[in-house]
Amino acid sequence: MSSCLTIRVGDVEAVCRPSGALWIEAARALIVADLHFEKASAYAARGQMLPPYDTRETLTRLEAETRAMRPALLVFLGDSFHDASAEDRLPQNEAQRIGALAAGRRLVWIVGNHDADGPRRLSGESLPSLDLDGLCLVHEPRAGASRGEVAGHLHPCAKVRGPGGTVRRRCFVTDGERLVLPAFGALAGGLNIRHDAFRPLFSRRPLAGVLGRGRVHPVAWASLSDD
Amino acid sequence: MDGSAPSLLPRRFADWFAQRGWAPRAHQLAMVEKGLEGRHALLIAPTGGGKTLAGFLPSLIDLATRTPANAPRGIHTLYISPLKALAVDVERNLLTPISQMGLKVTAESRTGDTGISRRQRQRVKPPDILLTTPEQLALFCAWEGARLYFEDLACVIIDEVHAIWPSKRGDLLALDMARLLTFAPNHRRVGLSATVEDPDVIRRWLSSGSESEVDLVRGSGGAAPVVDVLLSEGQVPWVGHTAHHAMPEVYDAIRRARTALVFVNTRFQAEFAFQELWRLNEDGLPIALHHGSLSAEQRRKVEAAMARGQLRAVVCTSTLDLGIDWGDVDLVIQLASPKGASRMVQRIGRANHRLDEPSHAVFVPANRFEMLECQAAREAIAENALDSDPPHAGALDVLAQHIMGCACSEPFDLEALYDEIRTAGPYRDLPWEDYEQVVDFVATGGYALRVYDRFARIVRRPDGLWVARNAETVLRHRLNVGAIVSPAMLSVRLAGRRGTAGRKIGEVEEGYLDVLETGDTFVFAGQVWRLVAVTGMDVLVSPAPGEDAKMPSWGGSKFALSTFLASKVRAMMSDAHHWEVLPGDVREWLELQRDRSAIPDTDEMLLETFPHGKRFFLVAYPFEGRLAHTTLCMLLTRRLDRAGVGPIGFVCNDYALAVWSVRDMGGLDMADLFAQDMLGDDLESWLAESLMMKASFKACALIAGLIERRFPGAEKSSRQITFSTDLVYDVLRRHQPDHLLLRCARHDAARGLVDVERLGQMLARIKGKIRHVTLDHLSPFSVAVIVEIGRQRAPGEGAGEMTLESAEALIAEASA
Repeated sequence: MSSCLTIRVGDVEAVCRPSGALWIEAARALIVADLHFEKASAYAARGQMLPPYDTRETLTRLEAETRAMRPALLVFLGDSFHDASAEDRLPQNEAQRIGALAAGRRLVWIVGNHDADGPRRLSGESLPSLDLDGLCLVHEPRAGASRGEVAGHLHPCAKVRGPGGTVRRRCFVTDGERLVLPAFGALAGGLNIRHDAFRPLFSRRPLAGVLGRGRVHPVAWASLSDD
Repeated sequence: MDGSAPSLLPRRFADWFAQRGWAPRAHQLAMVEKGLEGRHALLIAPTGGGKTLAGFLPSLIDLATRTPANAPRGIHTLYISPLKALAVDVERNLLTPISQMGLKVTAESRTGDTGISRRQRQRVKPPDILLTTPEQLALFCAWEGARLYFEDLACVIIDEVHAIWPSKRGDLLALDMARLLTFAPNHRRVGLSATVEDPDVIRRWLSSGSESEVDLVRGSGGAAPVVDVLLSEGQVPWVGHTAHHAMPEVYDAIRRARTALVFVNTRFQAEFAFQELWRLNEDGLPIALHHGSLSAEQRRKVEAAMARGQLRAVVCTSTLDLGIDWGDVDLVIQLASPKGASRMVQRIGRANHRLDEPSHAVFVPANRFEMLECQAAREAIAENALDSDPPHAGALDVLAQHIMGCACSEPFDLEALYDEIRTAGPYRDLPWEDYEQVVDFVATGGYALRVYDRFARIVRRPDGLWVARNAETVLRHRLNVGAIVSPAMLSVRLAGRRGTAGRKIGEVEEGYLDVLETGDTFVFAGQVWRLVAVTGMDVLVSPAPGEDAKMPSWGGSKFALSTFLASKVRAMMSDAHHWEVLPGDVREWLELQRDRSAIPDTDEMLLETFPHGKRFFLVAYPFEGRLAHTTLCMLLTRRLDRAGVGPIGFVCNDYALAVWSVRDMGGLDMADLFAQDMLGDDLESWLAESLMMKASFKACALIAGLIERRFPGAEKSSRQITFSTDLVYDVLRRHQPDHLLLRCARHDAARGLVDVERLGQMLARIKGKIRHVTLDHLSPFSVAVIVEIGRQRAPGEGAGEMTLESAEALIAEASA
């Protein structure tokens, strides 16, 4: 587990994994945010033919995580579909793979702004939020202080300058009270955590858990750069 | 006057020449003759030989003598220039003879800056002569009225063709020229070129089949240029890129000249030289600055002042390489090495537009290696030996853009378009399979997984012809036409109160200011500024006069040393008799290198290993340019890693590379280390992960239309594009590694960004010819590359001192 970063959110211990997934040992829960299934085909419908491999890529990464952790509870933290008709575009094979993820465990779809209604045919339950042993799982961070909140939506990423040049990577970001998860979807873009959108969320300078190759690197606020 | 002139030139033209006190030049008459015979022609002449007029004369004569038409006519002559400014400049110069001869001929330019009303009028009422750029022509060809608009076309003139043809813009232009030939099968093609090594390559590029279709016309060479190398006896530094030591001499040369152009290789050097010259400018000479980052308005001001003869010197970058008419320049100064003989000849051509007088140029080497290089370039120019680009196959991403453009213009037949495309020089040998693959890419992205058929951008109608899907698809394509993918530009603006953006000072590329933090000072547009903030697409700054400024980057030239010049430098270095042309301190430096280490023979590569500090160094001198060296280092460090010597880092310049490690590398088998097989799996696996591939993929994706830079109503910042194209690249590489765009990206990266071909030639050249010298400490030659180690970050004045001090310590050690 040394490649992971263990943090406290409110009173709960949580493990940030290099894949971008969050693990809550006490509940044996695996949480992933912003999967954005069928993002490529949404672009293709408007004329930009992005590779139609994003859903399977995202699922492959996700299946690797469920194999490794064997969660009892799997939570999709919202914006699981890129748009309202993404579920209809989902190839049959990918739909079956999502179904298999729900087998033998509880699958919860927290609804987000891109997929406000949740899935229509796929298995699992749709919820606006989920309370989990002192944590509150929700798609979009709520206004004001919110102890124990775990959210997605913002696609946090961090820019770090170093001797090897500048890197810009997805990251977890937390002040110990609240945690924002990186986007898990293969083609999901990122927003620099020094952006104003993050400012109201944290009472003090937050810590970034930056996703590296097989490792989550804790990076202090002072070492981060603007875009 | 030439005896045949009266018979060739109509009276009005002959009179005009006579009234001006001019005689038409032989090549101008030859071009008229080619025009009368209806032959394609390539004119090769030095700048200032009346080349542009020679190109237009046949068209002007034809237009002046043709019978009046009953109906309005279309474009007669289409003139294509690589630069917007050149199109505008030529329009101005063309209007003079037209009005002086009283010709009823209309000539208008059309560029990205042309206003909407003028553009619309040009479509409805075409001028006789239209002057424009390759991108505008591509836009025309993607327009539904294209065929009718160009059906009367009699002549296409490609100016500065030597600068266009080797690039992707050249590919795009060749494709659109093939299109024009379909619209108007009988029109002539005329190419205007600066002096080149191999004109046949351009003739072939201009032709629709073989070079024999295009006649070659040569202008007289004019007087040979006089080139001096500034010897700065006793002062040429071991290291550096700025030629700081020579500024008083440069200032002196400017003072003695009427008007001087001071060429530098990077914008940083331009800013630096400009500052230094003004520091020395006791006479208050009007010295100006011109480079691509300054706002268009500022550049126009400088150009206008220059044309009026009000300036004594302009410090400029390659923005002024091409033939805009500058009036009375009598001296060209090249600060730091020219890196290639051809580019230098064109720069020298900017001086003295009168052919009977020699142009005068001065090279100012910034360090001792550059002294060798400048001398080699001087000799190459004297021998009229130039470096040249080899022909290449047209890029497939450009082809994708063109095919989409064709579909936007009118329905096309698959096989007819294939035949048309193969009349374009770079696509002559395009295999049908590649063509089909590109068409498939244009339609649905070219994926093995066929899920996008219902979203196809081009569709096949029941009659078998292909058309664009709908009006929106067409609109989006037109917004994204062009083959220049430049980094997104940020505006540099004065910071107003409360962080608002004020007056615009200029533009910089995204990433240009990466090494600066808020509060840092830097030089831009000849003044010192403090970085206040970067917001969206604006860089906000406040004036910081009199402060010591950081330079955002301190790199050398962005141009690689040409293969040709590199071999001349190697030859000069190995021949001690040849050292006579060098100043004493540089000769002593070579002798010191010979005594302490070795001077390699012409065909050898020198390799030194020695300890330095707490590390062990391997320094090699392939002289193949920074790009090829960087690639070589990436590959060498992989091998050294496997050899267990623990490589830590590397650094390169145009002449040499240095790798340092934990353990001594002196005992390694160097022949094995530099074996050619490193260009196999090691290259591929490194390349696939490299940032260069990602950058190159992004450029291809934009050109091919996979990613759109602009869509109706908004411009996406390229930062967002960078991020998403990297993700797209990763996904595509895992799921369809043989995809067309990955192929394009691999090809471009290998060709342009990492110079694999040159590296391969180099490895073949040095096989069995590595001269390995084991030393106790660093050698005189190695100082120039080792000193770069501390240079990754920009030195300000203070840091600059530190760099200099460390350079001094290195020199002391090498001389000990």
